Parts: sequence; C-alpha cells; structure tokens
Amino acid sequence: MSTATLPGPIPHDHDVGRINYLHSHRGVMSWVYTLDHKRIGIMYLAAVTASFLVGGVMALLIRAELIDPQLTMLPSNKVYNQLFTLHGAIMVFLFIIPSIPAALGNFFLPIMLGAKDVAFPRLNLASFYIYVVGAIFAVISIVLGSVDTGWTFYTPYSVDTQTSVVMMTMGAFILGFSSIFTGLNFIVTVHKLRAPGLTWFRMPLFVWALYATSIIQVLATPVLGITLLLLAIERVAHVGIFDPLMGGDPVLFQHFFWFYSHPAVYIMIVPGMGIISEIIPTFARKPIFGYRFIAFSSIAIALIGFLVWGHHMFTSGQSEIAVMIFSALTFLVSIPSAIKVFNWTATLYRGSIDLKTPMLYALSFIFLFTIGGLTGLFLGALATDIHLHDTYFIVAHFHYVMVGGTVMAFMGGLHYWWPKMTGRMYPELLGQITCGIVFLGFNMTFFTQFILGSQGMPRRYATYDEQFQPLHAFSSVGALVLGVGFAITTAYLLWSLWKGAKAPRNPWGSLSLEWQIETPPIHQNFLETPVIEGMPYDYGVETGGGH
Amino acid sequence: MEIAAARGRSIMDKTFFMPRQASTMAAAVDDVYYFVYWLSVFFFALIVGLMIFFVIRYRRRSPDDVTPKITHSYALEAFWSIIPLFLIILIFAWGFKVYLQLRVVPANAFEIHVTALKWQWQFTYPDGTVTIGELGVPVGRPVKLLMNSQDVIHSFYVPDMRVKQDVVPNRYTVAWFEATEVGDHRIYCAEYCGDGHSQMYGWVKVMPPDVFNDWVAAGGIEAGNLPPVEYGKLLFEKKTCIVCHSVDGTGNKQCPDLLGVFGHEVTLTDGSTVMADENYLRRSMMEPNADVVQGYRAEMPSFAGLLKDDQTTALIEYIKSLGASE
Repeated sequence: MSTATLPGPIPHDHDVGRINYLHSHRGVMSWVYTLDHKRIGIMYLAAVTASFLVGGVMALLIRAELIDPQLTMLPSNKVYNQLFTLHGAIMVFLFIIPSIPAALGNFFLPIMLGAKDVAFPRLNLASFYIYVVGAIFAVISIVLGSVDTGWTFYTPYSVDTQTSVVMMTMGAFILGFSSIFTGLNFIVTVHKLRAPGLTWFRMPLFVWALYATSIIQVLATPVLGITLLLLAIERVAHVGIFDPLMGGDPVLFQHFFWFYSHPAVYIMIVPGMGIISEIIPTFARKPIFGYRFIAFSSIAIALIGFLVWGHHMFTSGQSEIAVMIFSALTFLVSIPSAIKVFNWTATLYRGSIDLKTPMLYALSFIFLFTIGGLTGLFLGALATDIHLHDTYFIVAHFHYVMVGGTVMAFMGGLHYWWPKMTGRMYPELLGQITCGIVFLGFNMTFFTQFILGSQGMPRRYATYDEQFQPLHAFSSVGALVLGVGFAITTAYLLWSLWKGAKAPRNPWGSLSLEWQIETPPIHQNFLETPVIEGMPYDYGVETGGGH
Repeated sequence: MEIAAARGRSIMDKTFFMPRQASTMAAAVDDVYYFVYWLSVFFFALIVGLMIFFVIRYRRRSPDDVTPKITHSYALEAFWSIIPLFLIILIFAWGFKVYLQLRVVPANAFEIHVTALKWQWQFTYPDGTVTIGELGVPVGRPVKLLMNSQDVIHSFYVPDMRVKQDVVPNRYTVAWFEATEVGDHRIYCAEYCGDGHSQMYGWVKVMPPDVFNDWVAAGGIEAGNLPPVEYGKLLFEKKTCIVCHSVDGTGNKQCPDLLGVFGHEVTLTDGSTVMADENYLRRSMMEPNADVVQGYRAEMPSFAGLLKDDQTTALIEYIKSLGASE
C-alpha cells in the first residue's frame, strides 16, 4: 500500500478547512475570489469545455461546407477561411493548451503531492483571470472582423490581410502569460511542496508529465509572445521585420513561430500521456510497467522537442543541411513516445482489466495515438514529407495526436476523476456506449483524411476538385457522429451533477493518494500531512518468480 | 470549378493511397511511402493486437482478482527502445537520399520562370512567352522551375509529380521534375494565401517535344476558329479571371461581379463615377489599380504584356455578352 488511508474525524462546522471544498465557502464571490486550487481547476474546466464546444461547432460548420466541392452553405471563401482559423486558434490556445494542466492538473497536482495547495495560490487565480482576458480579446477580434490567417499567422499574409490580426495575436500573447504562470507555479510546487517520503521516483507519472510540460511552458511560451509582439509592431508601426515589402524576412516568422509551436504540441500531448499512466494501472490492477522509463521519456520529449521545429518547414526553402538535421532529430523524438506505448501495453499483461469508461478511453488513446505516432514517420521522412506537407495528411496526423491523443486522455481523465471532483458518479453504461460513438466518429472523420492527403488534397481549401468528394462526404458524416458523441457526454455529465449517484471515496479501488481522501476533497485536502511510504502503483502481490 | 469538371479525373484512376506516378521521381518517393506504410501496419497490428489479446485474456473476472507485481524489465525496455532506433535510422537515411534526388536539378534541365501571385500561376518561357495557369512541358526532359512570389507565400504543388516547393517573395526557390507521360496534371497552391487559395490552381500540360515546341511558339494557347465571345469565355477561365470575378450576379468573390456591368455607371473608391465602356474594361485589365470600384481593394494584378490584342478584345466581347441576354 502506498499510503495509509486517511479517515479523519467528522468535520466541525466552525473549521472551513475540514468541509468539502464545494461547500466550505458560499456565494458567487467565494468562487470569484477563491484561492483554492480545486475551485480554480473547476473554473478552468468550465472555461476550456465551453471553448471546446465553440471550437467544435466551428468544426461541424467546416465539415458541413466540405460535403460539396463547391461553396454551398457559407457565403464566401473568406468566411470559410475565418472559420478554420477560429477553429484552430480556439482549440489550440483556449482549449487544448490549458485543458489538462490548468483544469485537471490544477485540481490534482497538489493533492497527488500531499499538499494543501499550489505554491502560489494568488498567481494561480491570476493566471485564470489572464486566461479570461485573453479569451475576451479573441472574442473582440471575432466581432471586429474575424482573422483569416490560419492559427499559424504566417507572414506576409498576416501583415497584409484586412482582418483583426492584432486583436487576435494580442489575445494569444495574453493567454501565453496565463500558461507561463501555471507552469511556473507547478514547477515550484513540485520542488517545494512534496509530502514527507514523496521522493522524485515515488511521484505519480501524471505529476512527472505536468512537470515536463511546465518546463516547456516556461521556456517556450515567451518566444511566442515576442514573435506575436513583433508581428503586431510590424502591422501597427510598419517596422520591417517579416514583410519583404519593408525589407523583412517572412520565413524568419516561421522559425520563431515553430520554435514555440512545436514544443507546444508537447505541452498538449505530454499531460495526456500522464493521465493514461494513471488510468491503466488502476483498471488493470498492475504496477505501471517501467516507471522510470516512462518518467524519463517525458523529460526526454520535453528537451528534444525544442530541437525539431524545422520539420514544419521542409518545403519552405531552408537549406538542405538544416533539413537533414531537423529530419534526424525528429525521428529521435519518436523513441520516447514509442517507449511509453510499449510500456502501457506491457502493463496490461496478466492484469485484471476492468473496462470502465476511463479505461475504454485509455485504450482508445493507445489505439489512436499509435496511428498518430506512426503516421509521423511519413512526415519525418523527407522524401514523403515533400508530397504530404500541407495536405490533409497533416490535418489527419495532427488530429490523431491532438484529438485521438490529448482529447481522449482528457475524456478519460474527466471520467476517471469526475467522482472525486463532483462527488457524483456518471452513468457508466452510457459512458461506455458514448466512448464507442466517439471512437467510431473520430476514425470515420480523420482516417479518411490520411487517404485524401496521400492523394494530394491540399489543406485549407474552401472548394476542391470533384474527385475528392466521396471521401470528404464520408469524413463529414464521421464528424457528425463525433459531434453527437460529445453532445451526449456533455449532457450526461451535467445530468450527473444533479441526479448522479453519490460517489464513494474510492470507486475504482485505486491506490494513488487522491483516492484516499474525502470525496469531494475537503477544503484543505488533508487533515494532517500524509507520509508517503511507497509507489502510487503498488498493485499486485510478489510472486517470487522475478519479473 | 468548370475547369475541374471538364478535365478532372475519376477517383477510380488512382491507386488507393497515392496519386498516379507521372514523374521520374514518383516511384522512388512511393517506395519510401509504402515501406513506412507496411512497417506501420506491422507495428500497429503488433501493439493493438497485443492490447486486445490482453484485454480479453486478462479481463476482470472477480473483484478479488489477484495480479502479479511486475514492475519493470530493463532488458525488455532496452530491447524495444533499440529496435525502433535502428528502424528510424533506416527510414531517415532512405528519406534523405531520395530527398537529395528531389533537390538536385539535372544539368540539362529546361528552365521556366514561375511567378506566383494572388491568385494565379504565371509561367515565363525562355522566348518570352507567358502563360497563366498552364505549365506546358515536354515529356522526357527535366524541367527546372525558378520561382518567386509577387505578394505572399504560395506553394507550388503537383501531386502526380510528387513536387512541392514554397514560393516566397524577395527570394528564388527551385523545384524540378521530369514528366514521364503525356497528359494533364493538377497544380495546386499548398500554402494558404487568402480568399482565392483553393482556386489558385493550374495544370501541367505534358506534351511530346515537337508539340511542345509548337505550343510555346503559338503563345501557349489555341484560339482555333472560335467566335470572339466564346474565345473570351475560354480566356476568362484560362487566364484565371474566373477565380476572383463572379459572372452570375451573386458577387460572392473578392472582385466585382461582371454580370451586366458593361454600359453602366460604376462608382469608384474616390466617389466619382465612370462609364463601363470598352476602354474602361481595357484599362481595368492593363492598369487595374487606376480605377478601383468602391468597396473593393486594389489587389488585381496587371495583365499588360500577358494578353495579346485579339485576346483583350475577345475578353471585352465576352464581358459585354454577360448582360446582353438579361
């Protein structure tokens, strides 16, 4: 057993620290001014989920337009271009980057460390409000004449277009600070607030993943901030930085942009990998196989991930030498991810596997992330990347990693921790069926796009050649199935808040620390500081026969 | 899109994943593709197969199931770290080798200048012939493309040739291919460039060498004996006017709709009006930014030097015909 269970006496009303965090303080203002990491996590959860639903509706509009090769539903190409730009910008900056770290991470990181809160609770609340301000800028930019540059803001198009690029980039700039503050907070928390006995190699792998992610957030995000600031200066003050008409270099922008945005894809996926490393041991009742390899692979991804940005630019005209080096480094970064997949699969061996909804999402993750990772090999290989770059193959690969990976992990984590966070059980059978719908809809939508891209269908096209129509139409039907899946999930999770069965302390029989405390957790998480005596995944009995 | 309908190929012409192979490099690229493909199929089947097998074999039978405490095996983990390492070195080396062949232009290549602009491709031949949206090339001879953009970044992409290269302002980029079969092959713009991005297409027209020579000599277009209005309609598509101008009264493109414009007053950005007669239409093609219609941006490229006199006349006759039947 990792830790003794912590029953504790019945809370006294006069001691708010002992009351469940949802009831410890009352009224709207107690949420607005809260410094409780759990409440901040819940507010983030509401915000990122709302962003996800808005971005998702835009995706459905895009797919609806693409059922037909000609422009049919939308008034003009420009509106289509604005839609895919907003879909990308909202999903990346408002949903996927903060999704797991800021919502689930905020809630569980301190609890998993045996701490009362993060190291800087005020900074934590500030990062949430900075996120809100950034989101407001994004909304203003939509009202002012929505951006049509793609979420990548490539110059010189982004200098040239009449849409509200400055507002949107300012939004992303501000959101960057939110991300930096969260990362900084987590790094300090992990270093300083671990409970007695919680050595580095006893930390849950979700904490390792958040730690690796935080390093990237702190080191890479400032580069994005500077880049977007330079772009805004160029547009407003006409200083030639990226625009060739003013003596600038447009390809320089791509280097700056991807220097952040490639590490950023690891900001998006590594926390998801952390969740999978939590779910699989619990529902297979086995210690995670190769704890150290998985922990170090997160750090390896974080470090090598900084050196591969040029693989977004193999056709940009950069030198052949640079192209060669970036290709080699790109292949290297695939190894740590491969190790994780093998280790998760090995964890299942001789387990006692319970296919509850979180586990179904975790297995979906392995299935889909494996496809996402393997298709990365086609893009790391130079000869094939030239053909596949900027086609639907890229769109499919990216979505297999970001939706098949991160969103599946987010859904798995949401179901896994839902009882702990809300005190209510979600409907299990409905959850399992819906996971099947999401899995089916996702593959229909995006596997099709690998074929489209291989055949030469370029991305970001409002209209397209008729030969691609059958596959596009099939993909659109898949998107509808996927949308239905997410709609059902939203509905039953909200329903469960109101009518769901009361959740027990540890419904999954997990050994990790967050399941040993009250459900929902009390305001101060622990009545007394826990002492950690072992690994969080100490399942199973010694067989004596070695490994 | 009319062009696509008239000349598009059926999906049945294609192999399941990759488009047809129409250049000398296509087969080499596809070999890498299919090697990675089968390798991926193998590893996917291995991982997901094992996963499904374990899930079925080791499903939870009772809440009291006892499991063994297996924590790690450094030998096994080293094994499955090193095997992929060898495989990725192989894919890297192979991909790089073929990439170098894609990049090194053969010495005897025929050179054509490519200019990209919103939203058309212009091809300039050594004798000064300029074509728009149609890249005529001889079969069996390497063609070197020296490319430059007049505005934002575009990307020259011909799937059938496995060629893609960004086209950047203030800088030359180079691509090459050698066509292996006579016929038409789609050109796309692969780098997002604004409203007309998805219509910024063209065709590589591969011809036998003698036909190619005649084609260049004739200015890259066959008028035949078409009446001016129909020749104008053809030019309206070939010279890519259709990308930005609608002609059906919907006005849903980035430049003014031309239905019934002839013979009517047009309001310009400075508030003045001008009669849309033959000379106005001609001037709009040659100096498009002199008189910009109110509500639109000055972003049309000049066609001076790109249209012969009879072509200009034919286009004007076509535009005149647009309102006539109403």
